[in-house]
This record gives sequence, C-alpha cells and structure tokens, in this order.
Amino acid sequence: MHDKQQNNDLAPFGGNPGRERGPIITVRNLVKKFGSFIANDNLTFDVYKGEIFGFLGANGAGKTTAIRILCGLSAPTSGEVKIAGYDIYNETEKIKKNIGYMSQKFSLYEDLTVSENIRLYAGIYGIPLKKAKEKEAELLEKLEMSDARKKLIAGLPLGWKQKLAFSVAIFHEPKIVFLDEPTGGVDPVTRRKFWDLIYEASNNGITVFVTTHYMDEAEYCNRVSIMDAGKIEALDTPKMLKERYSAKNMDEVFLKIAR
Amino acid sequence: MKTIKYILQKEFRQIFRNRTMLPMIFGVPLLQMLVLVFAATFDMKKIDMVVVDKDLSETSRELIAKFDGIPFYHLETAVPDATFGEEMLLTDDADVVLVIPPNMEKDLVRDDKAQIQLLVNAIDGNTAQLIFSYSSQIIGNFNKNLIAEWKGLPKFTPPTEVTITENYWYNSELDYKWYMAPGILAILVTIIGMFMSGMNLVREKEIGTIEQLNVTPVKKYQFIIGKLVPFWVIALFDLAFGLFIAWLVFDLPIVGSLWLLFGLASVYLISVLGLGLFISTVTDTQQQVMFISFFFMMIFILMGGIFTPVESMPHWAQMLDRANPIYYFMRIMRHVVLKGSGFFDLLQEFVSLLILGTTFLSLAIWRYRKTS
Repeated sequence: MHDKQQNNDLAPFGGNPGRERGPIITVRNLVKKFGSFIANDNLTFDVYKGEIFGFLGANGAGKTTAIRILCGLSAPTSGEVKIAGYDIYNETEKIKKNIGYMSQKFSLYEDLTVSENIRLYAGIYGIPLKKAKEKEAELLEKLEMSDARKKLIAGLPLGWKQKLAFSVAIFHEPKIVFLDEPTGGVDPVTRRKFWDLIYEASNNGITVFVTTHYMDEAEYCNRVSIMDAGKIEALDTPKMLKERYSAKNMDEVFLKIAR
Repeated sequence: MKTIKYILQKEFRQIFRNRTMLPMIFGVPLLQMLVLVFAATFDMKKIDMVVVDKDLSETSRELIAKFDGIPFYHLETAVPDATFGEEMLLTDDADVVLVIPPNMEKDLVRDDKAQIQLLVNAIDGNTAQLIFSYSSQIIGNFNKNLIAEWKGLPKFTPPTEVTITENYWYNSELDYKWYMAPGILAILVTIIGMFMSGMNLVREKEIGTIEQLNVTPVKKYQFIIGKLVPFWVIALFDLAFGLFIAWLVFDLPIVGSLWLLFGLASVYLISVLGLGLFISTVTDTQQQVMFISFFFMMIFILMGGIFTPVESMPHWAQMLDRANPIYYFMRIMRHVVLKGSGFFDLLQEFVSLLILGTTFLSLAIWRYRKTS
C-alpha cells in the first residue's frame, strides 16, 4: 500500500488531471461494429495533455478495439475522433507522426538485435543517425542493457523485451503513447520498474494512454475509465471513483461496475 | 529515400539471418537444374519391344536383327503367341508388340507384299507416336533394302525421288535438355518471386510485427518496395546461378545477349513479385498464401508453354495466356538463350510484361492497408 501511495505522488498532477491544458484526444460517439457485434458502443471521452489515462475493462470489453482505432490501425464505424488535433478519418498519416504504440503482442523484430530494432524505428521516424546513436546509448545505459546491444531480441527475457518495446514506442518523442496491456505476464517487480518508465515519459510531457486489467496499476493513473461490454461505465480519478462507489480500492470499484 | 534504405536494410538482415534462406538460394536452383532438366524429357531412351515371330524365316530374322541393332530397342523374342505379347502390354512390360504373321516370307516372294502388325501402348499418346514412327521408319528402310536386293537396282534411270535433308535450327542436335533448361529456370525464378515475397509479408501479419510498422508514418509504397527488392535481387541471382549450372553441366549455349535476358527478367520479376505481394495483402496466413499462389502457379506453368506448345492450345486458352506472365517469359528465355533474339524481336513480350507488372504492383500497393 505504501508503494502505491508513493507512486501516486510521483504522478505528474497527482490525483488532479491537467484539464486546464486542454484535451489531446477527443472521442465523440465512437462506434465500432464487427457485423452485428458492437465492440465499442458510443464512446465519448477526452484525454488531457500530459495525463496518464487508464483504460480499464475485463477481457473482451472492447479496450483493444478502441486503442487500435485511436492509433489508426482500425477504422471506426462511426463517430468523431481527434488525436493531437488531427482527424482520424483524413489525417491518419499526420497522427502517426505524433503517436507511439506498444501492442499487446510483442512486436519488435525478434530476429534483429536490440540496436537494429532501435535504429530501424529511429530511421523510419526520420531521426538522423548521429542523434539516434546518441539516444540509443543513453537509453541502453538507463535500461542497463548496454551489454545486450548486439543481442538478438529473441534471446531476451520478457521483462526486458517489454521495457525495450516501450522505449522504442517513445524513441521519437511522440505527443501521445498508446500502451495496450504493456505489463501482461511479467512479475510484480518488473511491472513496478515498467511503471517507473511510464512516469518518466509522462514527466517528459508525453501523454500516456494505457489499457490494463491490473487494478493496482489503475491506482497509478491520473484518471481511469472503466469499460464493460463495449460501453464506458465510469470515468474519473481513482480517488473519486473509490469515493463514489464507497470502495476501499480500485479492485472493489471494478467488481462493482463490471459485476 | 532514407526510409526505404532503413527498410531494405531490415529486410536483407532478416533474410540472411534466416537459416533456411541460404540453402534455398543455392540448393533449389542446383536441384532443379540437375534433377528436373533430366527428368522432364520426351526423349525416348528405351523402347521395350515384344516380337512375336510366327514366320521364323530368314527375312523375319533379318527384320528382327534390324531392331536389335538399335541400342534403345530392348527386344523380347522368346514369345510364343500374340496373346502373350498383349498381356505384356497390359502389365506395362512392353511398349510395343511386333507381330510377324506366318508365311510372311512366302507372301513376299509370291505376291510381292506381306503384312506385319505393330501394337503400341498408347497410354501416353506422345510416346506412342514416337515409337510408332521410329518403328515404321525402321521397317520402311528394311523394306527398301529388300526391294533393292531382290529386284536389283534400276539399271538406267533411277526413279525420281524427293529426299529431305534435315537441318534443325537453334537446337541443331535436338538436345531436349537445351529446350527444358531455360523453361525450368523460368519456373525457378517464378517460385522465388511469387512465394518468397508473399510468404514474407504475410509472416509479419502472423507475428504481428506489421502493426508496429503500420502505426509509423511509413508509406505504403515504401513498405512494398522493402518486400519486393530483396526477392527481386535473389531471383536474378538465382537466374544467373541456374544459367551457370546449365552452361557447365549441359553446355547450354547462350546465343543472345545476357544483358537483354536479365533486363527482361527484371521486368518479368516485377510482375510475379507484384502478384505474390498482392496475394499476401488479401490473405492473413502463410497457408493461404501458399494455397493461392500455388493455384496460380499451376495454371501459369501448365499454360505457359513450358511442357506443351501454346500454339496447340485452343484459341480461348491462347487468349487467356495474354495475362500469363510465364507465357511471355518462357518465350523470352528460349528465344534469347537458344535463338539469340534481340530486343526488337521481343518488344511485344516486353510491353506486355511491363503492363502486367505495373498492374500487379499497383494492385499490391493499393490493396495493402495500414488501417483495417
């Protein structure tokens, strides 16, 4: 419990979202249907600049569908979405310059080395080689992975892979980073370290949009939305949600909403 | 431009890091050239002939001796009657049965004519035709000699006769291997182009790495070029490697310009690579890519004129062949390699391949979706 508290203090705006800075993601009446199945049912929400926005829900609630739409990987059926001021329908390529994405499924190239993966994405985002090299050295130093620079990704432990995937997703310093269940399947210690990286990115001004079903992680967020069966059932700061549902922790809140 | 450089660097690294890749690049052409070129032949190497000699005369023995003297006729003479010969046809132990009726010699002497019978196993029509024409040629020659021997040569004026002297152009020794080698090479290059590129792209879909690329500002054409260029290079390399083997092993003469051959092959490859990539954009698994590519490959190869002449196909099939890239490339391969045709002789093939290539590649780029 003590740890959680400490982390909440680390959060850029504490329990108070940076509403005054204005929204960076606006979603209005977003609907996504697969045939007759409604995966996202009329979602409406804003994400403010610089906040850590938790996107919660049980498996199959529609989190991944929504995050894929926001990243431009999937087209919405209807509704309005603006990311960093750009329209999701006509300006996807502009959006892509301003976002980073880490998918649920690990998707760096296993048959390339750590350094080759970093340089590839740096190159695609147009970072000059010299700068990329400097940043790469700095990053690997920070992750304590300098010795693994020339190792193939395939041989790295899962925790390292995830930290690396996150670092690659924000290597080009995007305005927003989307993380889809970034800590799935790793031990609690590694998860804590991973959240340190998220806070660091947030402190550097990157807006973080993260899906999870670990409720302790929900406490680390500035605001969380809770999805159930394609709908957003609640959206507020963890503190307010706990008060409203008179719950001791987010676990209880979640169970009360998702039943 | 720089983005393409980074993407190409990635693709080449992955390809050469793949352990099955190098053996494939060198092994497949080696195997195809050394095995398939010898195997895919219509040349008659051995004819099993059963002789039913009911005459048992000097003339019949002379006729049998004629056949026996030819190395690729394997004779089975210890056969009592025609039924036995027919049975051997049935069990595939014989390709042809020669039946010499009783009294052949007598009939010849008395009536100046006699009949003998050839029963040919015609499961394979082509082979049967060949056997029949070889055999009747031998009998015909034997016949001529008989006439000359028995009746004596005409004394003063020999009968006017048209003789045909043969001169086979472009493959003067009628070496079937020279005909097949360019064809097999065309198949090789096609397999590499169509399968490898398509499988590679769809593999990224299966693993999920394609999503990470799709959230970047990478352009669709940049991505497709990244998937096309490496296999284009590998296929051209394999064409060179295969030609080298053919030259080394079968003395395949390369009459035309190599520059022209590789220039046209480059254009051809864009069309098959484009098709392979297009297939991979409409499928989700390597299995699907394999199945669909294989389906097209079969049609293209069987209709492409590698094994059977396109000129003998029905008119509608020949029309369909206009959309078959292999058909053009097959002509290019054989014409440049064996005949030494120049660019202007193959202008039509060039233009057609250019159109097909542009179409398939545009389809692939158009159909590749960063947003599903």
